[in-house]
Amino acid sequence: MNGVHDMGGMHGFGRVGTEPDEPVFHAPWEGRVLAMNRAMGYLGLWNIDIGRFSRETLPPHVYLGSSYYKKWELGLEKLCVQFGLVSDDELAVGHALHPTKPVKRTLTAAEAPKSLSRSSFERPASAPAKFKAGDRVRARNINPLSHTRLPRYARGRSGVVECIRGCHVFPDAVAAGKGEDPHWLYTVVFDARELWGEAADPTIKVSIEAWEPYLEAI
Amino acid sequence: MQLRVRALETILTEKGYVDPQALDFIIDAYETKIGPHIGARIVAKAWVDTDFRHSLLTDATAAVASLGFAGRAMHLIAVENTPQLHNMVVCTLCSCYPWEVLGLPPVWYKSAPYRSRAVIDPRGVLSEFGVTLPAETEIRVWDSTAETRYLVVPMRPDGTEGWSEEKLASLVTRDSMIGTGLSGVPEVAS
Repeated sequence: MNGVHDMGGMHGFGRVGTEPDEPVFHAPWEGRVLAMNRAMGYLGLWNIDIGRFSRETLPPHVYLGSSYYKKWELGLEKLCVQFGLVSDDELAVGHALHPTKPVKRTLTAAEAPKSLSRSSFERPASAPAKFKAGDRVRARNINPLSHTRLPRYARGRSGVVECIRGCHVFPDAVAAGKGEDPHWLYTVVFDARELWGEAADPTIKVSIEAWEPYLEAI
Repeated sequence: MQLRVRALETILTEKGYVDPQALDFIIDAYETKIGPHIGARIVAKAWVDTDFRHSLLTDATAAVASLGFAGRAMHLIAVENTPQLHNMVVCTLCSCYPWEVLGLPPVWYKSAPYRSRAVIDPRGVLSEFGVTLPAETEIRVWDSTAETRYLVVPMRPDGTEGWSEEKLASLVTRDSMIGTGLSGVPEVAS
């Protein structure tokens, strides 16, 4: 979806504000939110892109007006309701009111170390890769209402395939409930002038990781 | 937010979906064990060990796994800075970051200013970090749109010949491994 999360190239957000000696968490609740997201992800009901889409579909003013971990809290609440694990009346009172929905697994303290490693998103390929390093490609001009990882600034722009990264779970399909539908993943490099116009700095190049359905041959 | 988060944790705990001790473990791991010191050790090793550097640039996931850190850095890609090329990492769509080797990202990395400007004005962003590169240096911005993650291998500072890995690691800053900083300059060249 063409949401406010797709920020590449936008103006008006100001300078990058850094914080010397920044703590890992600015308040204890931030750590709880991070860890709850990790533990609930371990249930296996949703994957990383379904989680992302939950945050991307927060109302724009909420997305832009919330801290990072607040977005993660709001996104997790949405997922818990969407998957029938928690209901709105429970969130309102802060206690369980309804029976637990059976789940395949939960993250126990003994298994917690496992959650520090990410799982692989690479899958067996069902067809050979369509592109190879050096091929010129154009990112398709798509504007789906659903989740995609093709940023707006690259759509319709021409670049060069630099590398094949393997065949990976396709976010657009997973988030739409269509299964993993793996596709070849490529690093595609764009000249800044192609992305931002002739006045752009010619020494700058930007790359994205693009799944094959995002690309067309030139 | 504290009350709201506590309410959710209470519900999820009462229903048996989360184990608060597992949450404690995860928080402790990111507060005390997993952080940029891991990336710094990797970079320092790449500076002194040619074979490791080659392995890291060829298959960073395998190279890092051989060092035995806590989390497996899946789909990790190491990109090396040179006098001609400066690499810089962003996630314009969310906050993708190589957690296993750098820990959790700083707030600025996840902020709208950085995510919006890194791809259209990287030199301007770098200047806000106090980094000015020669006008002819190529800047490569890596937008983390998939599950691949990037670790920038900064250039080894001059004047560090003969230094131990441990001493070299102390020069490698978090920002230099994101590409918004340069590796530290030794105070006394030895």
